[in-house]
Amino acid sequence: MYPDYMLESIRMVEKTRPKRLEIAQAGLQIFEPMNEAEREDILTRFHPDYTPDARREIRVGPNKGDNITSKVVDNLEAHSRIDPNKFDLTKPDYDTDVLIIGGGGGGCMAAIWAIKHGANVIISQKLRLGDSNSMMSQGGMQASVNPHDDPIIHYLDVMGGGHFDNKPELVEALTMDASMIADWLQELGVMWDREEDGNLSTKAGGGTSRRRMLSARDYTGADIMRNLRDEVKNHPDKIDVLEFSPAVELILDENGRCAGAVLYNLETEEYFVVRAKATIMSTGGFGRLHIKGFATTNHYGATADGLVMAYRAGAKLLYMDSVQYHPTGAVFPEQILGFLITEKVRGLGGQPVNRNGELFVFPLEPRDVEASNFIRECTEREKGVKTPTGKVGIWLDSPIIDLINGEGTIKNALPAMVRQFHRFDIDITKEPMLVYPTLHYQNGGIEINADGSSTIPGLYAAGEVSGGVHGRNRLMGNSVLDYNVFGRRTGINAAEYAKTVKLGKLTLEHISKYEKEVNGIDIPKNVISPMLLPDYIPPEVRKRQLTKNDEGILF
Amino acid sequence: MANEVNENAPANSLDMVPVYIMGKLYYVPPGSTIMGALEYAGYQIKRGAGCREGFCGACATVYRTPDSYKIQYGLACQTVVMPDMYLAQIPFFPAVKKTYDIDELEPNDEVLSNIYPEINRCVGCNTCTKSCPQELDVMDYIQAALRGEIEKVAHLSFDCIMCGLCAARCPAEIVHYNVGILARRLYGKYLVKKGEYLPKRLSELKDGKFDKPMKEIMGLSREELIKRYYDREINFKIA
Repeated sequence: MYPDYMLESIRMVEKTRPKRLEIAQAGLQIFEPMNEAEREDILTRFHPDYTPDARREIRVGPNKGDNITSKVVDNLEAHSRIDPNKFDLTKPDYDTDVLIIGGGGGGCMAAIWAIKHGANVIISQKLRLGDSNSMMSQGGMQASVNPHDDPIIHYLDVMGGGHFDNKPELVEALTMDASMIADWLQELGVMWDREEDGNLSTKAGGGTSRRRMLSARDYTGADIMRNLRDEVKNHPDKIDVLEFSPAVELILDENGRCAGAVLYNLETEEYFVVRAKATIMSTGGFGRLHIKGFATTNHYGATADGLVMAYRAGAKLLYMDSVQYHPTGAVFPEQILGFLITEKVRGLGGQPVNRNGELFVFPLEPRDVEASNFIRECTEREKGVKTPTGKVGIWLDSPIIDLINGEGTIKNALPAMVRQFHRFDIDITKEPMLVYPTLHYQNGGIEINADGSSTIPGLYAAGEVSGGVHGRNRLMGNSVLDYNVFGRRTGINAAEYAKTVKLGKLTLEHISKYEKEVNGIDIPKNVISPMLLPDYIPPEVRKRQLTKNDEGILF
Repeated sequence: MANEVNENAPANSLDMVPVYIMGKLYYVPPGSTIMGALEYAGYQIKRGAGCREGFCGACATVYRTPDSYKIQYGLACQTVVMPDMYLAQIPFFPAVKKTYDIDELEPNDEVLSNIYPEINRCVGCNTCTKSCPQELDVMDYIQAALRGEIEKVAHLSFDCIMCGLCAARCPAEIVHYNVGILARRLYGKYLVKKGEYLPKRLSELKDGKFDKPMKEIMGLSREELIKRYYDREINFKIA
């Protein structure tokens, strides 16, 4: 329920709505998309990546000397959780063809395809199988399935969204595989939204030039993840799923190939050695680092583990200076601060308006541009709405969706959003939502090639943990596509590679070497990574936890 | 510039709220979710937290309030604490999940009850429906499953987050959410009406229709690509 003073602002939104509706129905725009110069101007002035302390130079590892997001540097310039000398690598606890680190969408997709190609698989998963950002994606997956669209137009949209920094061969893979993936998921059992004629329903997305977003109500990610998880669980003979057992370091062999990982049982606090002929990193992103103090849309486990492990083992990272803030994170009520409000709201015609009910931006800019416009509206122009606790946001006018598309559209297309707000007595079919940019996605990551391989032989990466597909800004619907495309590719290629490789002696020498570098820059001993789980215990309670074993926490 | 995150910040610092977490009394800020309350009390959650936005079903929680004999249910990340609430989280406990080859199944009237015959034990008590934090008509879809109505099960169960509360409470030991996913997979794969566009696109891709134009655009210089991008037509009207 909104307090009275916010309701007054909502009245202004309602007052401007008929005129905005009329313009939208005529197919016209109040604001045209920004041109190149306007984009650059708004990004450099308002995007959080461009604030003075956002990035700093990293002093250790393969990217030494590069400017990287400061919080990421904190996690990379840190001690390992393990003492390499305590492990007898000659007697692995597990032995497998393909080890998959991270059992979200990318990991499950990789597992399914790896076993099709004859491999035995172990999935190391920090929480439960399927617990991931994949489960939470709401809006959709891009695939150029329509007659007036094609992979070339998709390619152009992706490159422009990423500021032309994307690796072309990765974008080629992404856009050319998209329709095949849409079909494969349909045959797996995903219930895509459809038109009456049976064709896949398509929506607009920020930075796209065609309707290309396939969806399953606003549980798109959940539906895909449920299907992938169910399929993984149909093969217990070939896929061994180790839940609550995150990997904490990679293992190499004497020839520098990736040869498995050290896993940590979160509950018994034991460590285990897995030897694997090939390893796929699919640990997802870093939202729980709360970069620049932002709330996040991300899963509890999104703590950059894969980046840390791969970096210590010598993998090169790409575009780790760039962070995606989703334009529409919830601001009110406080309990859902930072939660994702799907871009599908704007894809269906929802409009961002300021406290006077005025539209101030083309509603479907790429995310970094859209988010920067929201921040300008709330800061420089001071036209945001303040919450009772001092947060600020702009309105996302959802009721206009039903006026454009017909009564019942919101209930049918956005049930998760309706439910989310209904829990706090807000009816989004009648009232707008208050939104502000929220920490959403790791644009960069472990540099990969089109086959999913990294700069370390035997190490593959798929999904958010990888870098290069999205350049410096991902478009909506391309992360779901990414983890499916590259989950499949890494699964196939890792399985094939595993057939040919002969591993040498296993080693953790790279950890000792990296440790020397970290010691060289005087990092305190209690700074360890990967952090595994974020810490939300209040400091005064933490102070009393004198004997608590805090492994898993980055101080 | 950021709306600073403090997962445990109270919406307003009025009097603290007393809650009993697994029997022990703690005072937590008003407006906290159950999950926020657990963390405020000092718990580092390992099991029982996932997406924290109501999509993953990891944080199923049972609770009681002093004025009622009833056991109540909710997602810890979505339920706001009440004074004197007594709560415990349910770890995700083992439940039957049959294995099958989806490509070999036939989407007929019997398939659901053949794979999960225990649905025939449904006594119609409606406890599953009452325990669903998504407010789905769980019993209705189990009854539909008994009748072999795959499509109905698929639609009624679609918003299921597989938290397991229904199965935890069912006196007939049915695992409703696994019946739901099976029905949805059968419906999405076999029963839904499919259109012409996707198969057409797949055959175009197979014929290499886009191979040359793709190589051409990949070969453009950065400047040429930028020009083509800003000149491109944006059209959301046509399919």
